[in-house]
Amino acid sequence: MNEWIQAIINVFTNPTFYKSTLTQSTPLILAALGGVFSETTGVVNIALEGIMLMGAFGGVMGSYFTGNPWYGLALGTFFGVAMAALHAWASIKYGADQIISGTALILLAQGITGFALVELFGQPGSTDLVRSIPLVDLGSFKQVPFVGVIFGNLSPFVYIAFASVAFGWILIYKTKLGLRMRSVGNNPEAADTLGVNVYNVRYFGVIMSGFFAALGGAYLSIGELGQFTTNMTNGRGFIALAAMIIGNWNPVGAMSASLLFGGATAFNNQLQSQSVLNLSTNTQYIFGMIPYIITLIVVGGLIGKSRAPSADGVPYIKE
Amino acid sequence: MDKNVDYSKYAVVMKGITKRFPGVLANDRVDLFVKKGEIHAIVGENGAGKTTLMSQLYGLIKPDDGKIYINGVEAQINDPNDAISAKIGMVHQHFMLVDRLSVVENIVLGQEPVRGPFFALNRARKEIKDLSKKFGLIVDPDSIIEDMPVGMQQRVEIIKVLYRGAEILVLDEPTAVLTPQETNELFEVLKSLKSQGKTIIFITHKLNEVMAITESVTVMRLGKVTGVVKTSQTSSKELANMMVGREVLLTVEKNSAHPGDEILQVKDLVVKENRGIEAVRGLSLNVRSGEIVGIAGVAGNGQTELTEAMTGLRKVESGKIIFKGQDITGFSPKKRREMGMGHIPEDRLKHGLIKTFPIYYNFILGEHDDPKFSDGVFLKIEDIRKFSENLVKRFDVRPPKIDLLGMNLSGGNQQKVIVAREIAFDPALMIVSQPTRGLDVGAIEFIHKTLISMRDKGIGILLISMELEEIFSLSDRILTIYEGQIMGEVRPENTTTEEVGLMMAGHRLEDLHQEA
Amino acid sequence: MKDWKKYILNEKVIISLISVLISLVVAAVVMLIIGKNPLVAYAALFYGAFGTKEAIIDNLMKTSPLILTGLAVGFGFRAGLFNIGANGQVIIGALLAAYMGTMVASYPFYLSIPLVMIAGMVGGALWAAIAGWLKAYRGAHEVITTIMLNYVATFIANYVVNGPFQAPGGVPKSPAIAYSAQFPNIMSVGATSLSTIIFVSLAAIVVIYVIIQKTTIGYEVKAVGFNPYAAEYGGISIGKNVVLAMAISGALAGLAGTTQVVGVYGRYFGALGGSMGFDGITIALIGQNDPIGIGLAAFLISSIRTGSNQMQIAGVPKDMVTIIQGIIIFLVATNRIIKTLKVRKRKEVVEV
Repeated sequence: MNEWIQAIINVFTNPTFYKSTLTQSTPLILAALGGVFSETTGVVNIALEGIMLMGAFGGVMGSYFTGNPWYGLALGTFFGVAMAALHAWASIKYGADQIISGTALILLAQGITGFALVELFGQPGSTDLVRSIPLVDLGSFKQVPFVGVIFGNLSPFVYIAFASVAFGWILIYKTKLGLRMRSVGNNPEAADTLGVNVYNVRYFGVIMSGFFAALGGAYLSIGELGQFTTNMTNGRGFIALAAMIIGNWNPVGAMSASLLFGGATAFNNQLQSQSVLNLSTNTQYIFGMIPYIITLIVVGGLIGKSRAPSADGVPYIKE
Repeated sequence: MDKNVDYSKYAVVMKGITKRFPGVLANDRVDLFVKKGEIHAIVGENGAGKTTLMSQLYGLIKPDDGKIYINGVEAQINDPNDAISAKIGMVHQHFMLVDRLSVVENIVLGQEPVRGPFFALNRARKEIKDLSKKFGLIVDPDSIIEDMPVGMQQRVEIIKVLYRGAEILVLDEPTAVLTPQETNELFEVLKSLKSQGKTIIFITHKLNEVMAITESVTVMRLGKVTGVVKTSQTSSKELANMMVGREVLLTVEKNSAHPGDEILQVKDLVVKENRGIEAVRGLSLNVRSGEIVGIAGVAGNGQTELTEAMTGLRKVESGKIIFKGQDITGFSPKKRREMGMGHIPEDRLKHGLIKTFPIYYNFILGEHDDPKFSDGVFLKIEDIRKFSENLVKRFDVRPPKIDLLGMNLSGGNQQKVIVAREIAFDPALMIVSQPTRGLDVGAIEFIHKTLISMRDKGIGILLISMELEEIFSLSDRILTIYEGQIMGEVRPENTTTEEVGLMMAGHRLEDLHQEA
Repeated sequence: MKDWKKYILNEKVIISLISVLISLVVAAVVMLIIGKNPLVAYAALFYGAFGTKEAIIDNLMKTSPLILTGLAVGFGFRAGLFNIGANGQVIIGALLAAYMGTMVASYPFYLSIPLVMIAGMVGGALWAAIAGWLKAYRGAHEVITTIMLNYVATFIANYVVNGPFQAPGGVPKSPAIAYSAQFPNIMSVGATSLSTIIFVSLAAIVVIYVIIQKTTIGYEVKAVGFNPYAAEYGGISIGKNVVLAMAISGALAGLAGTTQVVGVYGRYFGALGGSMGFDGITIALIGQNDPIGIGLAAFLISSIRTGSNQMQIAGVPKDMVTIIQGIIIFLVATNRIIKTLKVRKRKEVVEV
């Protein structure tokens, strides 16, 4: 018992845990924000996982061909937006079942990235190493104890993620477009009678979701690692979806839930390395399932309550 | 514009409007003339094409043929934006409000004031306060719609239209959900709007309202205009004739009832609605076999919750339901059916039928595990088909093909399927909600006759209807419900619609008698 | 005869066939772009799936669990439920089956085989019933809960086969199950064997067909799937049927996992679920939730997957198969695109 208390204190007093929480949360925050954008306008987007994968691959591909990771970022987000546009087109124009369409896109993303990986880099598994987006070096701030370790050398993606949440919250709750997004997601017919173009607003929401989810995916590949590996998102898109739900479809809520999930992962990783505990390797799996179980408990309404937009997932077809 | 015709004194002219839907001619060369500054009624039965006509004026659907003139000038109205810029506003029958947003947000949606890149909430709030003062429509701008009563929501709808500078207001069945008091308040608002120069088009099928407030009337039937008259030169009776195309049978042929033993007793029933507010508040009633007990009331006074509690679909907070001498308060819907409680639900497409099931499957819904149709594991398909062929013949369901899917039948024939099914299992009590909503006159007659013949066979019937005429013509006793309580019991032969109307507005029968 | 035609040539079947066809054409175009001859690639694919005895056996052995996960997802669809969690149910079913398999060494095969199969089906059923219960009584959407349950199942499997239920050496795996619990092989060619588990899958098609078309359970489940409100009015319990439908769906997925334990590996082995769950979705959609259609669709998807190794040797990465699956699902989801094409064609005919 004592060694557990000691180990937990060790984790929480180590700045690496906090830095790791930030970096683990970053892709989740971005993708969950994407989910918020899409579902606020009433289109369910379970394809976040696939969009992230495309963003990750596009990032490496762009960086590989141009040598400039920023072009990689541009290509990654372009791929993400293209995937989202496909989902939007199917869901909005053709009233497709949004969950089936999302499933299709997840498979397409897995197939396309796996295929292109072999075609472009000659072997399955992983790409060559490419240049990644440089970290933000705060210079002498790094020397400051504790906070210097946390913030001294973070990826710009971390800052982008939090800035995006602020941007998303202001857009959705404080602008005219945001009001229209919320109206279209709750009662598209009412919005339509007031001359709001339901389809355009929904296209906007879904395409923005592609943009943010792809940013989150790109972070995984060119944020720090500089490499793409098969299926590297590893379920983060689904975790982001869960964070969006637990965050009650609100950008700030989704961010908080993402931080919680990111923190859980960071905690798990740090705990494994605590030598006082001498944990066998398989305990990581016990801690690994915690975010998923939290999500089950929350969506089951066993703690707290979250409420989707009324018209979420319902196609709007005139006449 | 025709050279020799001057439409300039009309706010709205619709000429030769034709609109086809698959299988229906919804509007057949309809003409409508509405003078500036008048209140003009469009009356007609459900399905006459009134709403379709107005949806074309508001740009929600496009006419196949015909022209629209606003203030004498031909107008191209392709979408609601065009209608709004032509200063036309529409208050829909089903409110077009976003439940989760506030009053302000709902009103300005689509025409939001902005400050720089942001939505200017304070300015919007002030504009709305000014508007509500000007027209006497007081609302709290920061309330969330889903927390407001229906009458208030309607005010929001009207302010929404005025905010857009509408000079021509279309109101689609605005009183359907209101109490008589709220209706009177609405009429005051409409009169004040008229005095400020607005033109109002008022869709309804309630003729007393037409007589009370309008100046001219266009009558529609089956997609066509059957009459245009000045209100001062007509009567309810004449309008009714034009609406249905023949003398209205105000009463159904029936003999007096011979009620038997009490089969249903409801004692001090309390039921909550979805948001946790008490919708049925200590209600008691009883039904005997062989009689029809009608429940009159304005929609939304607890009728739905009462029905659901009695059929076992909604939890009872307190009180008792006793059926055939047994306390069934906690019984499942299935158990109640087995005991002989039948049910014709209010919303037939949602609750009564499975659209994607063939008719013969719909005929056994609720009875599918009866030994007649199932041996416990397998369905007896051949027996089910024979049984269905029989019912289709007996109730004259058309077309008489039991393999057709439920959705391929007309509304009247769908209702026949439901009624046939409920009668076929030989119930002792039938809970009947809004049995003729949206049906044509022929189907209504058929349903009414069937209900009377069921009564004469000794079935107890509890009839819940928003149509006062239906309640009066079928019921042996009338109970009036208001805010989840019974205001009083009367017999149709000893009362008047006025008396029941007052009870529907919340006056207790004993108070009425004391006053008299 | 007329009924037969109606069954084969209805709109749904045509949509499925066109979707498959379009996806193969799109894949061919992609091959042309990367400079490969699609005819050569497809020939290789065909050879890989049917060219040798080993290929055919391999193909049938892959078809077998796919039929079951296809039926699992399809049965869920019938009840209006999207069971995206067949993978988790496969894993839990397989784990329980394997565990039971290690306990029955002293029993004769006629006891041990049913016990193992029941364990696997109950495992899958219970795992899916969690999602069913959360949906029916807590209002949680089954797509989210089954996705989460997939991950939890994966972590559980990783934990036990790396610890309490681990066999030494190499790939994480469980100890071997008793010999009496293993299904016999029909024939073996080289290292590949055709196991009798294929009959389990074929039997499942018949059983599910009968349940859906001929029984009161099928009637209730369909009623709840089509219109839960009307079903409830008719005295059919929505909650009970949602849980039941999920449980049946999960039992089928659990059975899929079990067949791998008793007919292929003889133990719980590695990442046993693989892509069976997602494949099940593709198969149910192509098969239009009809048990016979699902059987055929499972054979189709299995053939493409089996043949993809040969196609890869011919120079087209096997991930092409996943792309093809994605396109098929996308087209089935947006079937209105195909319907629009058909309407346009009809109009052209009229104009001519």
